Amino acid sequence: MNSGSQRSASDVPTLKARGSATETDPHIQVRNLNAFYGKVQALANVNLEIPKRQITVIMGPSGCGKSTLLKTFNRFLELTDGTKILGEVLVDGQDIYAKGIDETEVRKRVGLLAQRPSPLPMSIYDNVAYGMHVHRMKRSRQEYKDAVRHYLEIAGLWDEVRKRMHDPATSLSIGQQQRLCLARGLAVEPEIILGDEPTSSLDPISSLNIESRLLDLKRVYTTVIVTHTLRQAKRLADYVIYMYLGEVIEAGPAHEVFSHPKHERTKAYLEGLV
Amino acid sequence: MRRGRWERRHVAEALVKAMMYASVALVAGSLALILFTVVLRGLPALSWEMVSKPPEGGYYMGKGGGVLNAIIGSLLLASGGTLAALIFGLPIALYLETYLGDSPWGRYVRLSLDVLWGIPSIVYGAFGFTLMLAIGLRASLLAGIIVLALLELPIMVRAMDEVIRRMPVDLEQAALALGSTKLEVAMRIVTRQMMPGIITAILLAFGRGIGDAASVLFTSGYTDRITTSLLRPTASLPLAVFFQLASPFPEVQKRGYASALILTVIVLVISLGSRWISGRVSRYTVK
Repeated sequence: MNSGSQRSASDVPTLKARGSATETDPHIQVRNLNAFYGKVQALANVNLEIPKRQITVIMGPSGCGKSTLLKTFNRFLELTDGTKILGEVLVDGQDIYAKGIDETEVRKRVGLLAQRPSPLPMSIYDNVAYGMHVHRMKRSRQEYKDAVRHYLEIAGLWDEVRKRMHDPATSLSIGQQQRLCLARGLAVEPEIILGDEPTSSLDPISSLNIESRLLDLKRVYTTVIVTHTLRQAKRLADYVIYMYLGEVIEAGPAHEVFSHPKHERTKAYLEGLV
Repeated sequence: MRRGRWERRHVAEALVKAMMYASVALVAGSLALILFTVVLRGLPALSWEMVSKPPEGGYYMGKGGGVLNAIIGSLLLASGGTLAALIFGLPIALYLETYLGDSPWGRYVRLSLDVLWGIPSIVYGAFGFTLMLAIGLRASLLAGIIVLALLELPIMVRAMDEVIRRMPVDLEQAALALGSTKLEVAMRIVTRQMMPGIITAILLAFGRGIGDAASVLFTSGYTDRITTSLLRPTASLPLAVFFQLASPFPEVQKRGYASALILTVIVLVISLGSRWISGRVSRYTVK
């Protein structure tokens, strides 16, 4: 796919921004997207463009379809029984719902940080190495070791776990587990990071830690975060999407939406009336 | 405050508690009684000769020898049956969880397994016998293993299924989010997380297999020799217990109890061993 610069399998990407030829193109485009849980419509005619290498925050009252929308970006929505998805989601111009698209490849390119951290039943080291093993991304033990260390460093966890790499991942605190999940997700070299309220189960300090990681990482990754806290949205967002009852009410650069919301509903939400 | 103690809800609480204690006591009591009987009657007859020699001439009238033929036979039958059941059972259990889930087909397969579980083992024996006649197989270790595998399969699959269904959904999704295929989730995540439960399922099946007399009665026959071939008949401990207890000679009856004691000890050792193993493999599981 078109990802700015070429990377070889053994080359661990560093936190330098990739090539900027396509900098202004949207990374994800959503066209006429409708989603249903059985007969209930969860997304209604969504059209969006999500900018590259910025943090996009989806906000809105609970039940408005923001998690549903997020889950269409990595083809996770179809894992729920009885869902129907109509329309297109384009990543780098290619429809991920087109025939012949391998959903595991989509999920490799579009990483997900879940609401609650869920470490895999293995050691800290193996948690980070797992995805790389599955996709056979490295050639030698040493390459795996280096990569594991690299991603733990990016996630800001290395110093805390370097002496206990072979302990069960569940022995970490919740905040540490979420940073481990971040490292694990980055290790398969995605282009996009999705966050489904990624700090909602964490204590305030761990939350800020994750937020600062995400702010660091936006130089390299396109990030889309769902949040229900307005303050977090204001801390993180470059671009904002406001949803209500399955529809996108307003979308635009954060400073515009926060200071001059065009729509009455957005205004009401920002003023805390919804 | 004190009068509240005799309110209806407290009485109900006390009553239910008492009933629970009583049931536990009943179960534990029966088990203790069985063990007590087996030890009391079997231990005096238990000797090195019992466990180290096959029957000699006149053994069934109280003369020398032991039940080594049945010990070895039972271990071979139950291990073979359990292994065969595992080879077919684990994929079934994983398939049920990963692909069928709660779909109509999934429910149908589970129902069939539950029905199979409830079928008396003598029916398995008769079925095995018919099968043997059809394919021209004689009473043999192999036939016994096949029938025990059939007998053990439902219990093993359902026990694994129950364990696998308790698999946290988050875990599967976490692995899928990294771009795993369903097969990779099954092999690398589900099996790992469920290993302690899978070991328990294997043990349950082994326990049913080694303790069953009726299914091997027609299918593996009985012999006083130690089995050396899959195609020869083999002795088994449950049948050894049965034959000896049915004897009019008190010495032989005592050896029947001793054989039961040997069987109990084998099951006990295997339970404790598998506990130890599952304790070790559960180090990484997510609670």
